[in-house]
Amino acid sequence: MTALLKDVARHPSGRIGLAIFIVFLIAAILGKTGLTPYDPLMQDRVARLQGPSNAHWFGTDLFGRDVLSRLMEGIGQSFIISFFSVGVASLLGSVLGLTAAWFSGLWDGVVMRFMDVLLAFPAILLALLIITIFGPGTWTSVLAIAIVYAPIFTRVMRGPALSLRRRDFVDAARTFGTSRSYIMTRHLGLNLVAPLTVQITLALAWALVTEAGLSFLGLGTQPPNASLGLMLADARNLMEMAPWLLWVPAIALMLAVLSFNLLGDALRDILDPKTRRRLA
Amino acid sequence: MPYPIKRLLVFPLVMLGVAIFVFVAIRLVPGDAITAMLGTESGLLTPAQRESLSAYFGLDQNWFVQFWRWLAGVLQGDLGISTTYGQPVMTIIWEHFPLTLELAVLSMLIALIIGIPAGIYAATNKDRPSDLIVRIVAMFGQSTPSFVVGLLLVYLLSVGFGVLPEMGTFVPITEDPVANLAQMILPAITLGTAFAAAVIRMSRSTMLDILQEDYVRTARSKGMPRRRVIWRHALPNALIPVITLSGVEFGYLLGGAVLVEQIFALPGLGRTVLNAILQRDYALVQGSVLFIAFNFMIVNLLVDLAYAALDPRIRFESK
Repeated sequence: MTALLKDVARHPSGRIGLAIFIVFLIAAILGKTGLTPYDPLMQDRVARLQGPSNAHWFGTDLFGRDVLSRLMEGIGQSFIISFFSVGVASLLGSVLGLTAAWFSGLWDGVVMRFMDVLLAFPAILLALLIITIFGPGTWTSVLAIAIVYAPIFTRVMRGPALSLRRRDFVDAARTFGTSRSYIMTRHLGLNLVAPLTVQITLALAWALVTEAGLSFLGLGTQPPNASLGLMLADARNLMEMAPWLLWVPAIALMLAVLSFNLLGDALRDILDPKTRRRLA
Repeated sequence: MPYPIKRLLVFPLVMLGVAIFVFVAIRLVPGDAITAMLGTESGLLTPAQRESLSAYFGLDQNWFVQFWRWLAGVLQGDLGISTTYGQPVMTIIWEHFPLTLELAVLSMLIALIIGIPAGIYAATNKDRPSDLIVRIVAMFGQSTPSFVVGLLLVYLLSVGFGVLPEMGTFVPITEDPVANLAQMILPAITLGTAFAAAVIRMSRSTMLDILQEDYVRTARSKGMPRRRVIWRHALPNALIPVITLSGVEFGYLLGGAVLVEQIFALPGLGRTVLNAILQRDYALVQGSVLFIAFNFMIVNLLVDLAYAALDPRIRFESK
């Protein structure tokens, strides 16, 4: 793990991605623990729609709330939803993908056809449908995004697991009488950590975008709580009067997505044995 | 069994899965369709009126009967009647799909026209400053969500030029191509940005791989000019993965770009489905999702076939 972090820090785009990610992670933690410059919900009717200043670095919004504080809370909210949804999706996808590859036959067919069904839905519409069923909220967003991305993890895990299953070391383990679950977790699972890691970073980027999109449509995080998508939606009608309301969440969202994309690129280079030689 | 035929065989199975999934999912949404259709006026209905409306839309039957009736209709090309529009679902889809199709085509054109030359240029100038610039631009393009691009474009246009995009009634391309393009260009650029970034990254990386292939080196050592090697030998092969990528992206775009349609107030398929979900318009949600899934799978099948046709190695490797 530390070795991997060192490799990432040595990779040019990995370094930038990691730096941005750490800044956002700190902002997210501070935002969610309430250590923001102002209370994100505190309204100051006198200081409405003020541009960036020393008192309010990123200005204030229509209700005089501090944009920086809201941004920090929003990043925290986006991170929580993204991490949990990608966590659930990768876990679900890994279990389904591994068991589909291992048992093959009927189970494989059922799982993969069901994943085809989910993949045939446009991502945001599938998420919308799930959210309208359960009602908007943080955990509904987590569930919706997890269901949308689980099929991708299932496919990513199944493909390599299929070829690994036929390898000699798996046969050797079986002749020793190693249990199925042990082979699946230790021999297959550990060998699939590399593609899984890359996929997780990329999925985090999509999850951030999907969460922001759902909130933008009013079906994610509910006001008065802050989220990047909600801030963008609020900025829509005020962009000429108060452009910072648009720029701040737009740039923040872009940088957050960028950091995960850069990390994903770096991890792909580092974990791929072909490019690894080139880097070394 | 050849792969495309296997795909064709599972096609109806997956479509049936999509149909069942969406049928059940939309019925799990709390609230009933008649109330959603009439809004506050639904309170004025007498029980008898409510019953006759339910009977008209077939909502008085249990789920199994409703599903079989609907499925039988679908197989005969009848997707049912929308509760919000009071029109056949097929009519509504054909009204909104052309816009979505046009948007998808325009964004793909923008992506390919910008993406392929930029990717090739970056690959042939590897590690020079110009390559770095292209890569950075592509990375930013890929990292900016399309609805953010849309919002920023609207802002830049309104502040920089004092004009707002035409968001009144939508003009179909068949009525007035110029007015139509004026409305469509911003949404197309919006969707084309991330698409172009993906094309740049894909064409650059495949071109780099191909430039290291033996046949490229052979052509160069024969004394063939570099430019000719790139255009005649490397480019056609480098385009294969780009075509696959573009096809898949195109398939996604045919599903409607909900957020971008929302920002630019375009009556495309995405927004229609969004509203149908919020209105619990069962028939419209079922019909349009089925239509979208059908398109998506057809496009993916065509992409696979094109891939096999373009790359002889795959064609002859049939298992």
